[in-house]
Amino acid sequence: MHAARARTAARLWLAVAATFALGAGAAGAQPAPKAIVAKRTAAGKPDISGVWEALSAAYWNLEDHAATFGPVAALGAQGAVPPGIGVVKGQIPYLPAALAQRDENYKNRLAADPEVKCYLPGVPRATYMPQPFQILQTDTDIVIAYQYASGLRTIFMKEHSEAPVDSWMGWSNGRWEGDVLVVDVTGQIGQSWLDRAGNYATASLHVVERYIPQGPDHIWYEATLEDPAVFSRPWTISLPLYRHVEPNAQLLEFKCEEFAEEVLYGHLRKKGIPPPVH
Amino acid sequence: MDIFARKAFRRRCIEAPRGTHGACHGRPLARACAAAALLCLLAATGAAAAERAKLPRTSDGQPDLQGYWTNNTVVPLQRPAAYAGRAELSEDEARARVAKALEPTEAEAGTDADVHYQLTDYGLDITQRKLNIDRRTALITDPPDGRLPAPRPEAAAQAKERADFARAHAFDGPETRPLGERCLVWPHQGPPIMPTGYNSNLEIRQAPGFVVIITEMLPDPRVVPLDNRPHIPSGVKQWLGDSRGHWDGDTLVIETTNYSGRTQVPGTPQGLLLTPAARVVERIDRTGPDTLRYRFTVEDPNLWDRPWSAEYPLTRIDGMRFEYACQEGNYGMTNTLSGARVADRAAADKGAAR
Repeated sequence: MHAARARTAARLWLAVAATFALGAGAAGAQPAPKAIVAKRTAAGKPDISGVWEALSAAYWNLEDHAATFGPVAALGAQGAVPPGIGVVKGQIPYLPAALAQRDENYKNRLAADPEVKCYLPGVPRATYMPQPFQILQTDTDIVIAYQYASGLRTIFMKEHSEAPVDSWMGWSNGRWEGDVLVVDVTGQIGQSWLDRAGNYATASLHVVERYIPQGPDHIWYEATLEDPAVFSRPWTISLPLYRHVEPNAQLLEFKCEEFAEEVLYGHLRKKGIPPPVH
Repeated sequence: MDIFARKAFRRRCIEAPRGTHGACHGRPLARACAAAALLCLLAATGAAAAERAKLPRTSDGQPDLQGYWTNNTVVPLQRPAAYAGRAELSEDEARARVAKALEPTEAEAGTDADVHYQLTDYGLDITQRKLNIDRRTALITDPPDGRLPAPRPEAAAQAKERADFARAHAFDGPETRPLGERCLVWPHQGPPIMPTGYNSNLEIRQAPGFVVIITEMLPDPRVVPLDNRPHIPSGVKQWLGDSRGHWDGDTLVIETTNYSGRTQVPGTPQGLLLTPAARVVERIDRTGPDTLRYRFTVEDPNLWDRPWSAEYPLTRIDGMRFEYACQEGNYGMTNTLSGARVADRAAADKGAAR
């Protein structure tokens, strides 16, 4: 166990070092903002608990993109893709074969995007889905509950260990680096996408997230993605998270399994039984 | 015995060989448990109450209920007719009941169970987890006869209609499969949370102002605010309802409303769906360092003329809780419906050949 912990710690350190080394070289990358802490927990750590949401077109496409046609013509303007300035500076550094796969994913996005099937989004996609999530800071660990698909992560703050098995939301070991929450995420299953544009990673993805408090109602979120199977170098996304300030803000249910049934199982319906009308 | 000695004792007691695990409460019972290394009773004693004051608290002062717990049990929700008038079994009978539950069962050839994967090997079935040994003959504590109240006639009629429809159309499409198979709601998730056949585990986490309850299957995090905020408007219905909690002394009380009208409490007559008028109150408190008591009351004036209540113990387990990604691996739905379509074609061919 100690050896495993040491390996995890070493990996974490290396990843953080890589973030700084490579982040500085990335085209136009801004240095991470300094932490501004409005409130602290009983343990003296930044209190980042609450209901948060990204306000970004990143869930459509992490890269720069103009408004364009959505994949379902019947939805008209409602289904069109809103424009967005990329949350990654420049382009994602895919290896050539991986870039071809990303483009293939884009072509097949209506059938192949795990979101269409109501699958858990993985990390970091869970963060910038267009739905809120709630951070809860227990005395030992941090729990993040996501509205989309009732997703859930435990960020282990004290007992770091290696992922016992691959999972859709991965395995998260966290620590405070000054007032920044740094989370090392491994053990993802490798079938998640990063957005609706077909950007993706594999099971060797290693994510280092940084939650940088920016006063009472904002968090600056960064995630560095390293996956030698598909990327030529680590790269970083960077976007703000906004607190839901409405009174009594809470997560509601978005249990999307039934919304995906026609897509997944419609072809197996009994002959003559039409899909239900909603 | 101080709290830590109790804890060590309890560990010895609980980690007895499979089938003899016990949840102990109070010193006299603990001694009996040590002597017999067998069964312990459910009821908390005065000694446990005195120790409650010494139990750990979270940094915001809540009694600390956190950890991984199992509600694995062999006690049925309702008292079987054979035990009418008897609230508890003798020790011998209770031991025999556990032994019987742990016997490997041979699935009958040609049944669903026969083609289902083996849950002892591939799932955390009842034999894989600590059993809360409990001599009671029913989980239901009220009505005192340990039986569910009779449903209101119109509710019973509607439930029967639904059950008949479900049987007649069981394989029409995904919508007529059970909610659990559709990965929407495992009925035992509750609230109220009910023991289930496998993965009968849950995790409780507490943060300032909130309790989070996660059943391993399915693991929708139920985030319960403790700040007396109002329920969400009645126009928003949810599969798991809308939960609000508060501390009544050292007992966590959670009230849930806003039910969807599409779920039911396992063990109640098929098709008897909780209506949006339902209100479920759960009460969770400590009975020892490694045991909690889970009590609940269900009321739904559309279904029953009176509320009913049940209770069971939760026993600490080591964890961890694994991600139960249901939708992502739901080959069962594809296979079930594919099989049904093959059967349809075979039936049609047979008809054509005639």
